Amino acid sequence: MSEMGATAGTAAEATKRQSWFKNPWRKPYFLEGVTVLYLLWSLVPVVIAVIFSFNGGRSRSAWQGFSLRWWTADPFDSLFHNPSLRQAMIQTFKLSSVASVVAVVLGTLFAIGIDRWHGRPARGANFTMLLSFVVPEIILGVSLFLLFTQLLKNTVTLGTGAQWLGLIAFQISYPVIIVRARLLTIGPEYEEAAMDLGATPTQAIRKALLPLLFPAILASFAVTFADTVDDFVTVRYLSGKADSEPLSVKIYGAARASPTPAVNAAATVMLIATLLVIVVGYLIYRRISRGTGDSDVGSFAQL
Amino acid sequence: MAATSTSDPPAPTRRQKKKAKASANEASGAWYPRWYWPSFTVPGIVWLALLFLLPFFTVLSVAFGTVDPIFRQPLPVYQPWWWSFATFNETLSKFYAGDAIYQGPLIRTFAYVFAASFICLVVGYAVAYYAARYAGKYRVLVLILLISPFWISYLMRIYAWQSLLQPDGYVNDILTGLHIVGEPVNWLAGKHITVILGLVYGYIPFMILPLFGSLDRINQSMLEAGRDLGGSPFETFRRVTLPLSRPAILAGLVIVSLPMFGDYYTNNLLGTTQTSMFGNLIDNAVTQAGRGPEAGSLVIILMIIVIVPMLYYLHETKRAAAAR
Repeated sequence: MSEMGATAGTAAEATKRQSWFKNPWRKPYFLEGVTVLYLLWSLVPVVIAVIFSFNGGRSRSAWQGFSLRWWTADPFDSLFHNPSLRQAMIQTFKLSSVASVVAVVLGTLFAIGIDRWHGRPARGANFTMLLSFVVPEIILGVSLFLLFTQLLKNTVTLGTGAQWLGLIAFQISYPVIIVRARLLTIGPEYEEAAMDLGATPTQAIRKALLPLLFPAILASFAVTFADTVDDFVTVRYLSGKADSEPLSVKIYGAARASPTPAVNAAATVMLIATLLVIVVGYLIYRRISRGTGDSDVGSFAQL
Repeated sequence: MAATSTSDPPAPTRRQKKKAKASANEASGAWYPRWYWPSFTVPGIVWLALLFLLPFFTVLSVAFGTVDPIFRQPLPVYQPWWWSFATFNETLSKFYAGDAIYQGPLIRTFAYVFAASFICLVVGYAVAYYAARYAGKYRVLVLILLISPFWISYLMRIYAWQSLLQPDGYVNDILTGLHIVGEPVNWLAGKHITVILGLVYGYIPFMILPLFGSLDRINQSMLEAGRDLGGSPFETFRRVTLPLSRPAILAGLVIVSLPMFGDYYTNNLLGTTQTSMFGNLIDNAVTQAGRGPEAGSLVIILMIIVIVPMLYYLHETKRAAAAR
């Protein structure tokens, strides 16, 4: 009897468990747990790395008290006093600002042209552009390195110029993809209206199309700027003497040798630069696209 | 200029006009000079020709060229009819003949990429599914957090783990503190698991975003229909959600595995020569004197390995764009 009662109890429990499992509106605890753990896993290490830039000792893995030693205090090893790290910071901003502006200009023009130009050569050009988007960076980096040291060795020397050329070649596809996506949603009507009102094609593009494209152009600038700050594969192969190495390359070199928390400070500067550009870009984007229904973070992120 | 548009054939209906405009746009001849749109693309095309196609031609010329015997400098051959495949064949044979010194890295590359992509898919799918369907009022926050790794330098993220995995780092502190391991483990001494998890950590955001985009677009009513027709939650997932997200799964797998095939930095920061991959072979060959043709050959071999997934990805994105 008691045995039967026990079986009935477990059966009831099993049905209850089953119905809980079958309930489509139950809270998805498991997925929620995975997501929370994933987000912690993906972001906490970076936060710890930022905190360790304020470490008092030489270690980047054991906390030895708070100090600004690696940022400013140390007269030689700190980020803002070490000549090589200071030079690297300048180089990073030099490379990123020029490369992202040129890549966005070239990419935007290419996107507008390729969107309206139909034909075999256009398809070939578009295919090449997309190929440059998916090719593993080491292939492009090594290819450019061999180009500048062999075929063009008397024209281009490794260093800032070569880095600009290579970075732009690698980044140009981002603005193309972002601007084209926007062009698809705009359609040709605005330009046609402008031309019906007497504008020349060029005036129509300048006065009707470009303002409409501005959010996309801005987003591509933010994306390419952030990406060029972080880039190090292409830039490393194309850097000449040590003074053309940007922060990313210095961090890579130091991480393989014996890094001090000054490296954490350098990485933090890169992080702040990137986030600043993204946040400013987003704020302007939101201002412009207010009322058009796509002013939320999601649409900016998916650009 | 305005004259051309006003002197168009007389008063067609609106629909005809629209049609005519569409075809005019297609041919891009009626409103614009023929050279008009192509001229926009010229700077980009020149740039790509000089700095994307020409470099690849240089790789071929270096790989199929020779090396100066005294100065150990590569002597590229720019005339395809004089190309010599000696170095290329020699490089290729290092993957299978004799000591097969490159076989280890090649096998590891495939094993790591396979394992890491799989983990990316499983974890990424769960996270993307939650973000797309259940995040509710936290949706924007979750989305920002999911995207934020894109704005953090890859190097910094791997460097952060390199610090945590030091013998005196926090990972060992936690593991010994919980008595999971007795002695601190040297995670950076060439452990497969460290490199694989490093690759997952580095590239999983690229998996989550396409999955999120796809799962987010699935119409809720499709799932309800699946349930109404008597499918269990699992059945509905298997027969509705999964097939609908298959393109995104494949795109995600390609987009995470392509950079992994060329990755050498994750390995150099988290592993040793015991865990070296294909990218390390290229990087070592490029940075050493006299190995230019070998570096070129390795780049060509890598290109052959990744060309199929690359073309597949381009084909799929084109199809998706056409379907939209």
